[in-house]
Amino acid sequence: MKRFLLFVPFVIAVAIGGFSLWGLRADRDPSSIPSMLISKPAPQFDLPSVAGVSVPGFATSDLAGSGGPILVNVFASWCVPCKAEHAVLTRFAEVNNVTLYGINYKDLPEAASAWLDNLGNPYDRIGSDYDGRAGIEWGISGVPETFIVNNDGIVTYRHVGPILGQKSQNQVLEALREAGLSGENS
Amino acid sequence: MIPELGNLALMLALSVAVVQSFLPILGASRGNVLWMRSAQTSSVLQFVLILISFAALMRSFIISDFSVANVAENSHSLKPMLFKIAGTWGSHEGSLLLWVLILAIFGASVAFFGSNIPDTMRARTLSVQAWISVGFLSFLLFTSNPFERISPAPLDGNGLNPLLQDFGLALHPPFLYLGYVGFSIVFSFAVAALIEGRIDPAWARWVRPWTLAAWVFLTIGIALGSWWAYYELGWGGWWFWDPVENVSFMPWLVGTALFHSAIVVEKRGALKSWTVLLAILTFSLSLLGTFIVRSGVLTSVHAFSTDPARGVFILALLAITIGGSLALFAVRAPKMEPGGLFSPISRESGLLINNLLLSTAAATVLFGTLYPLLLEAVTGDKISVGPPYFNSSFVPLMLPLIVVAGIGPFLSWKRADLAGVIDRLKWVAGITAIVLLVVWYLNTNGPILGVISVSFAVWLLLATLQEWAWRIKLFSAPIAESIRRARNLPRSSYGMTIAHAGLAVCIFGFVGSTMWKSESVTFATPGDRVEIAGYEVVFNGVKTVVGPNYTAQQGSLQVSRNGNFVTELLPERRSYAVARSSTTESAIWSTLGGDLYTSITEPAADSAEGKWTLRILFEPLVGLIWLGAVMLSLGGILSLMDRRLRVGAPTRAMRGVAASPSPAE
Repeated sequence: MKRFLLFVPFVIAVAIGGFSLWGLRADRDPSSIPSMLISKPAPQFDLPSVAGVSVPGFATSDLAGSGGPILVNVFASWCVPCKAEHAVLTRFAEVNNVTLYGINYKDLPEAASAWLDNLGNPYDRIGSDYDGRAGIEWGISGVPETFIVNNDGIVTYRHVGPILGQKSQNQVLEALREAGLSGENS
Repeated sequence: MIPELGNLALMLALSVAVVQSFLPILGASRGNVLWMRSAQTSSVLQFVLILISFAALMRSFIISDFSVANVAENSHSLKPMLFKIAGTWGSHEGSLLLWVLILAIFGASVAFFGSNIPDTMRARTLSVQAWISVGFLSFLLFTSNPFERISPAPLDGNGLNPLLQDFGLALHPPFLYLGYVGFSIVFSFAVAALIEGRIDPAWARWVRPWTLAAWVFLTIGIALGSWWAYYELGWGGWWFWDPVENVSFMPWLVGTALFHSAIVVEKRGALKSWTVLLAILTFSLSLLGTFIVRSGVLTSVHAFSTDPARGVFILALLAITIGGSLALFAVRAPKMEPGGLFSPISRESGLLINNLLLSTAAATVLFGTLYPLLLEAVTGDKISVGPPYFNSSFVPLMLPLIVVAGIGPFLSWKRADLAGVIDRLKWVAGITAIVLLVVWYLNTNGPILGVISVSFAVWLLLATLQEWAWRIKLFSAPIAESIRRARNLPRSSYGMTIAHAGLAVCIFGFVGSTMWKSESVTFATPGDRVEIAGYEVVFNGVKTVVGPNYTAQQGSLQVSRNGNFVTELLPERRSYAVARSSTTESAIWSTLGGDLYTSITEPAADSAEGKWTLRILFEPLVGLIWLGAVMLSLGGILSLMDRRLRVGAPTRAMRGVAASPSPAE
């Protein structure tokens, strides 16, 4: 009996090793937070356009039936990482023909339009979420945050934080293709 | 040229380590003294080669040679010199080089100072040490080479993470690694003993000083890390039960158990296989820490940039080292002859209880740290385990430990007189009971665990002092007699007294700063005043200050108490242009009773012109945490200087006196 007990530390170590090996799978990201919305219809909201910006606002009903997936990006002019992410989103819109909608979160309209005039506007529609109500509906934990909604209006993907770095960009593009993205230029 | 030299030295070190990993151990089994003795030369040679390599990397950081990729990624020409030097170990690659350097330092010191260790034992120990060396040197060379060049060289570097540009944190990794890696030598001793099939009191006498030395370094390292978190992160906490903190804490817990159980092996020849197991586990947990920090398998606020390929390599190293040694243990431990018997009430039992409690505590921390991974693997749910779990599982385990730590030193070996011990401690118990009631009365709404913890700390402090007074017969013998006894008391005895008292002091700090903390977060405009814990703080406004590689918004806070000016505190929010990030520099007014802790953050982004988020905390007794940590380390150092241990430690050996270990009592 005692001889078997002596193997207990070894067995525990092997078990921990097994779990650790599992934890190292390349497709696992321990910091990703699953969203309650995944595989569910996009939440209900209706956002007006941002004053001074030429593109219209949008509501839940505008998300489905456009013929392809829509990338919904929550941004604000006061958010520094959004500025870094802006170039990536612009490239998505221009090179990959991604349909990009923006939720302008808790932002002054004049600040937002100045920001877009300065950096350029890659968004097809921008809704003004001045009081942050839509942000709550989407369950965002910070800005920026990005969702993919497919042609049926179902949320298929969530990215927390700026889409920066090759790995994140590839993940988002891959998720867009899975949601039915077509007509990429490159 | 110099970086290539560093790289070459590293490769040579690997080849030396390969030779050292089999020649001495073969010599030990064949009785070839020359082969055995080769370990001494090769481990010193290994140390010199790795030192050359480390110096080469440090030089690249000092002169900002951005053609070395590692320097370009982690340094910047505008950084102050201290942080350029500290940048050497600021990255994954550099810190791993420091890791193997320390591994080599410990190997070389066994070769250098271990002249009283029998040849076969020393040869086997150094061979085992070389196995670890081979593993980590190849990891360094093949997956994380710090000397890789980039061409063309960038004009300037990326800069070190500003959070890490701090004096306390510059010293934190070296101390932590001296602790972590220091346990490697104890591990090698244990594996060598298992291979040799012999564990005797002399073995414990060699192992104990090395364990103590590593433990002292680890204690300092953990304390520095916690101190850094306290004043740099701006949250006012000193311990967050973050995975990276936990992995440094587990080897500390098991290491503490180890040097206590080594006393039993040394004095009484009992608990042999248990002590060997602890020696293996202590280093295994250090390795697990290295793995968790560098593989990204768990999320943490301060992990290195991670790479799964590296993770697989370390995991393979761990599988060989930990799996191999534990399998060896399972096979060989039954051969260890049982040692002296002891009754349930004895010093041995006291130390055994200490061991069981510390190991259980380490196991709960391990479980809590790995639980998110286990749960995700089994159910796919993602959770994080936070302070509530650790506080409710770890703290209740520590309380009986504190009780035993008070009683244990009074117990005699083999069989103790419980009635006599109780008689000696009755006053201490009485005072503790009164303190318990008073604190409870004052904090009827406070957490009961905190009330109990405080009174237990009082118990430990008084019992420890009482034990010292009893040893020197204070008040019961003429004062001259007491002084003579106090002089003759061995240093290890003083070490224990100071360390146990230090633990009690730490607990006062832990409980005081969590239980009676007052906090105020305000959205302040200049001229606002905040009252906290009897202090009045007036916010005078903010000005911009320029530092060597940052600009800071510096708030000015005037602190007064009962209308009398106390001090002006200047918390800062620093922005580092190169790294495009900012850090909080809290300003702290420390008194014996507690710290007034202030930090400031930039105005909230929207519609908040001219307002600042001001965080003011009063943390009672928090300074005692670090005072206690200093006492713990000091206790360890004093114990290391004990004459009995010096038999197996540096000073004596250096004088060339190869004292043969005296037989155990």
